Amino acid sequence: MQTEIVFAGFGGQGALFAGQIMAFTGMDAGLAVTWMPSYGPEMRGGTANCQVIISDEEIGSPLTRTPLAAVIMNLPSLDKFEDRIAPGGVMIVNSSLVNRQPTRTDVDWLMIPAQEIAESLGNRRLLNMVMLGALLQKLPVISIEALEKGLDVHLPERHRKFLKPNIEAIRQGAAFARGELTVEATPGANGHEPEVIPPTSV
Amino acid sequence: MTKELLEGNFAMAEAAVRAGCEAYFGYPITPQTEILEWMSHRMPELKRTFLQAESEVAAINMVYGAACTGTRVMSSSSSPGVSLMMEGLSYIAGTEVPVVLIDVVRGGPGLGNIAPAQSDYNQLNHGGGHGDYHQIVLAPASVQEAIDMTVLAFELAEKYRNIVVVMADGSVGQMMEPAELPEMRPVTRIQGDWPVTGNVGRPPRVLTSIYIDPPAEEVYNHKILNKWYDIQANEIRYKEYYLDDADFVVVGFGTAGRIALTSVRAARAEGIKVGLLRPITTSPFPFSQLDELSKRAQGMLVVEMNTGQMLDDVRLAAKGRLPVEFYGRPGGMMPFPDDILGEIRRLAHTPLTTEGDPRKRWMDRVRTGELMLR
Repeated sequence: MQTEIVFAGFGGQGALFAGQIMAFTGMDAGLAVTWMPSYGPEMRGGTANCQVIISDEEIGSPLTRTPLAAVIMNLPSLDKFEDRIAPGGVMIVNSSLVNRQPTRTDVDWLMIPAQEIAESLGNRRLLNMVMLGALLQKLPVISIEALEKGLDVHLPERHRKFLKPNIEAIRQGAAFARGELTVEATPGANGHEPEVIPPTSV
Repeated sequence: MTKELLEGNFAMAEAAVRAGCEAYFGYPITPQTEILEWMSHRMPELKRTFLQAESEVAAINMVYGAACTGTRVMSSSSSPGVSLMMEGLSYIAGTEVPVVLIDVVRGGPGLGNIAPAQSDYNQLNHGGGHGDYHQIVLAPASVQEAIDMTVLAFELAEKYRNIVVVMADGSVGQMMEPAELPEMRPVTRIQGDWPVTGNVGRPPRVLTSIYIDPPAEEVYNHKILNKWYDIQANEIRYKEYYLDDADFVVVGFGTAGRIALTSVRAARAEGIKVGLLRPITTSPFPFSQLDELSKRAQGMLVVEMNTGQMLDDVRLAAKGRLPVEFYGRPGGMMPFPDDILGEIRRLAHTPLTTEGDPRKRWMDRVRTGELMLR
């Protein structure tokens, strides 16, 4: 049994780190994992994506054409990956920056105002954790509790102070996916030019 | 030791440190710069030598010098940088000193690009610098293998006084996987009757690649060829998957090999009796294993991230006994598992021939659009 997940967005939105936390947590659960980044020139200011595979046997290819799930943080990423998601898969889309809905009818997709939720928690950089929480609500390949423990164990020392807000962001994302949290995307947010978020270290 | 989630490049660098590498000389180039980056703080921290040279040409000659003193030494680079090292590598081979080189191969020729590729198979396995010599080439497919092969590289280099290349690619270098690092070994200098360490109390030793007298050079050429036969007899490594009852055999090394594993499993699920042979030493090459497989299989498929380089070695092993087909993605493109699955289905379900040139057949299918590049 193998699950493949793409995390994609602008550099600085935390796509690569969200994937790493997923990989760490899978490893801690004793599963085989791979984390494969796009490391081309696009990393320098453009789109960044990674593919995480979690499996109960030795993983062959670290990339698949048709991943089961995607966390989509911006419009170019939706355009790039929408057609590739496996039928029956899951797509979590950041409605704060993406001004259209997916057209797939055979994929369970969710538009989530991740940036607004992150800002309501006081830090827009929590966007990746909000989306990760929503993903695990829809696709419980690992439990939210295991992910929180993974963050606790693997968050770099210099980022320890962000542990609690990160966990809160995961929970809020999951709550939104359960329909228990109502957040409006900021009027005018859809379709406006995304602001440039400076890259953060992963 | 427990497993950690490690990036391939950092993992290879730390594995070299723990294998007792005492000196590192290099020059940055993507996609292997993380090796240099790791060494730049780790080696001084352990009071060992890290030096960023002015070029790859200088770096490999510094490696040459250190190796002559019996120091456990290495460099790392990527394709264009390794091309620059060829002269130095030939001198190292001509002097018979142990050296480890990690080559994280990228798309080429020329400046090419920084994406994963296997286009330097021939350069590393069949050629490289001038003169008659062979180097051991290890082809890891995962982060754990990259660690293990780096440690093994130092052991083999010293055992045989030979160049050992760890031939990775951008995928192995950049990906993260759970892996276990070895215990830290103490740094030791190589003993023996050849390192030049100052001749206090003993006769001087000479290390050189100059044999100005042709008969002497001929003797040296014979000597290192005989050594190569020892290496062939003792050091061939490979991994087999589902080969016991296989009618069809896929052959792929490194990243192409592990991608093919996913395809082989999918083909098995469809009832196709197919297995995978993944060479871990591409030099020496597992000729006899492929020779045996070619006697009992109905067809072979060679998968590479180039235009068919290992293909020639597989065909040499198969001796025309069975059809050998080829599928490749050159230029820094990685095949997806469903691409290779399509080729396995074709192998199993369409008439095959031992005639003609499999590389040309593949190229014609690409050129005419019969084979879609997605």
